[in-house]
Amino acid sequence: MFLDSLAMIALAYIFGFLYYGLYRNISARVHGRFGPSLAQSFFDSIKLFLKENSTNFGWMFYAGPIIMMIGAITTLLFIPYLNGSEHLVGLSQYGNLILVLYLMVLEPLGNAMGIGSNGNPFGVMGITRGLTRLIGLELPFYIAAIGLMIANHSADIGVIMTNQSEGYNAFTHPLLFIGAFISFLGFMGKSPFDVVGAPQEVYSGPATEFSGKFFAIALSQSAIFSFAKLLLMVNLFLGGAQSLVELVAKTFVLFLVAVLVGNVYARFTTAQSVEFLVRVPTGIALVGLLFV
Amino acid sequence: MPENTQEGFIDQQKVLDNEEYSIKNTQSIIQKAVDWFRARSMFVLAYGTGCGAIEMPPIFTSRYDIERLGVVGVATPRQADILIVSGYCSYKTLKRVIRSYEQMNEPKYVIGLGSCTINGGMYWDSYNTIKKLDEYLPVDMYINGCMPRPEALIEGFVKLQDNIRNAKSEAGYIQYRENNAFYRANQEKIFGKNTTPTFEENFAGMNQ
Ligand code: SF4
Repeated sequence: MFLDSLAMIALAYIFGFLYYGLYRNISARVHGRFGPSLAQSFFDSIKLFLKENSTNFGWMFYAGPIIMMIGAITTLLFIPYLNGSEHLVGLSQYGNLILVLYLMVLEPLGNAMGIGSNGNPFGVMGITRGLTRLIGLELPFYIAAIGLMIANHSADIGVIMTNQSEGYNAFTHPLLFIGAFISFLGFMGKSPFDVVGAPQEVYSGPATEFSGKFFAIALSQSAIFSFAKLLLMVNLFLGGAQSLVELVAKTFVLFLVAVLVGNVYARFTTAQSVEFLVRVPTGIALVGLLFV
Repeated sequence: MPENTQEGFIDQQKVLDNEEYSIKNTQSIIQKAVDWFRARSMFVLAYGTGCGAIEMPPIFTSRYDIERLGVVGVATPRQADILIVSGYCSYKTLKRVIRSYEQMNEPKYVIGLGSCTINGGMYWDSYNTIKKLDEYLPVDMYINGCMPRPEALIEGFVKLQDNIRNAKSEAGYIQYRENNAFYRANQEKIFGKNTTPTFEENFAGMNQ
């Protein structure tokens, strides 16, 4: 199980960074540029690991990125990669969807803890925006998850995944899917819901004070965490995957939609995004819940 | 006060370009790999001090697209590797530039953009701008011209990457550490005792 979990983390790390490289590349093409090489994000993270650290705000500051990393890895380990396979399952037989939803909140909380102790105003603004937005993001996602749990009489992600052999949940429960998908776009942190690190407003946002190795940890965890979120969406709504190739194909499609939406839409303000998330996707998911 | 001379431009350029003067570091394989990554990924803190600043934004646009080379802009000195000082520095600005430089984490490099950073340029007899940036901060790469075109800036980046990758010259931050007394003495000539904290004071703060 140990090797299995390690393989899961390594795969998420590699795919997370490759997808991030793709994101930069696709955005560059949308702008009419060539963009960096696919592996650019790897280079960045390795270079950051090789930099020295010269700021000190006490141990709470350093604990922040580590808690974020732990949040990302534990979330990942409770989501099985493949449908009906014995490999790449991690700890998923010991946990369920409720636990995963709970662990997903650990990342912003760890972030808030690290930033609270450095006192940088841009960081504090960023994380306040992030936590406010989180309220809007969680509502539709939780409602969709509750709908799926009722429909499948189970909170086990593996069961929800295997029950989709006749048709994907995305088609049998379309309203739940739309609600969860809009919230997923927000979870990915791209436009129009990118109030947290909006460069023109709060500079680097929460990451402003992070430097060197701790910034590298924060970047790696966000790569792993975004792959975990893609994985969760594929498992819950797109029937999981039988093989790694299928998994890559499905996560890639989801990712591509998120990137393209992000490139087309302008940014909401914090109040707008919460209002939008509470009204539209939550409303859609609630109507979907009635049909379950 | 630095002297108002127009010399220095040719000499400093020669020192940077001349093989004889350049330090030939022998890199181990690990050091080579480390340097390769450092050259391949550069986070830039662009400090728009003078009119040359207007030539910096275009390099990120689709026409010049410097992201191809792994160069991206960052908003905070904590994450930056490169500090671009774009043009003349008034005494007031210089202090902010030094503060930003000292907040950056090593390894860090400085690019001096425009003639003003080399020898004062057209502000050579101004009463409130510095003449040679190299006396206050260690400059790794000069880009001459008034104002240099974005192509020149890109070439400067390519040359700096080459320098870092092959360890062609001693990095400026090492000089700044080793010859700190020289740089501080020059800074104090302008600011008096009102300069940024010394290394010792910084480290005393860190160990609390
Ligand atoms: S070199 Fe020329 S363009 Fe650049 S800051 Fe000096 S005067 Fe302005």
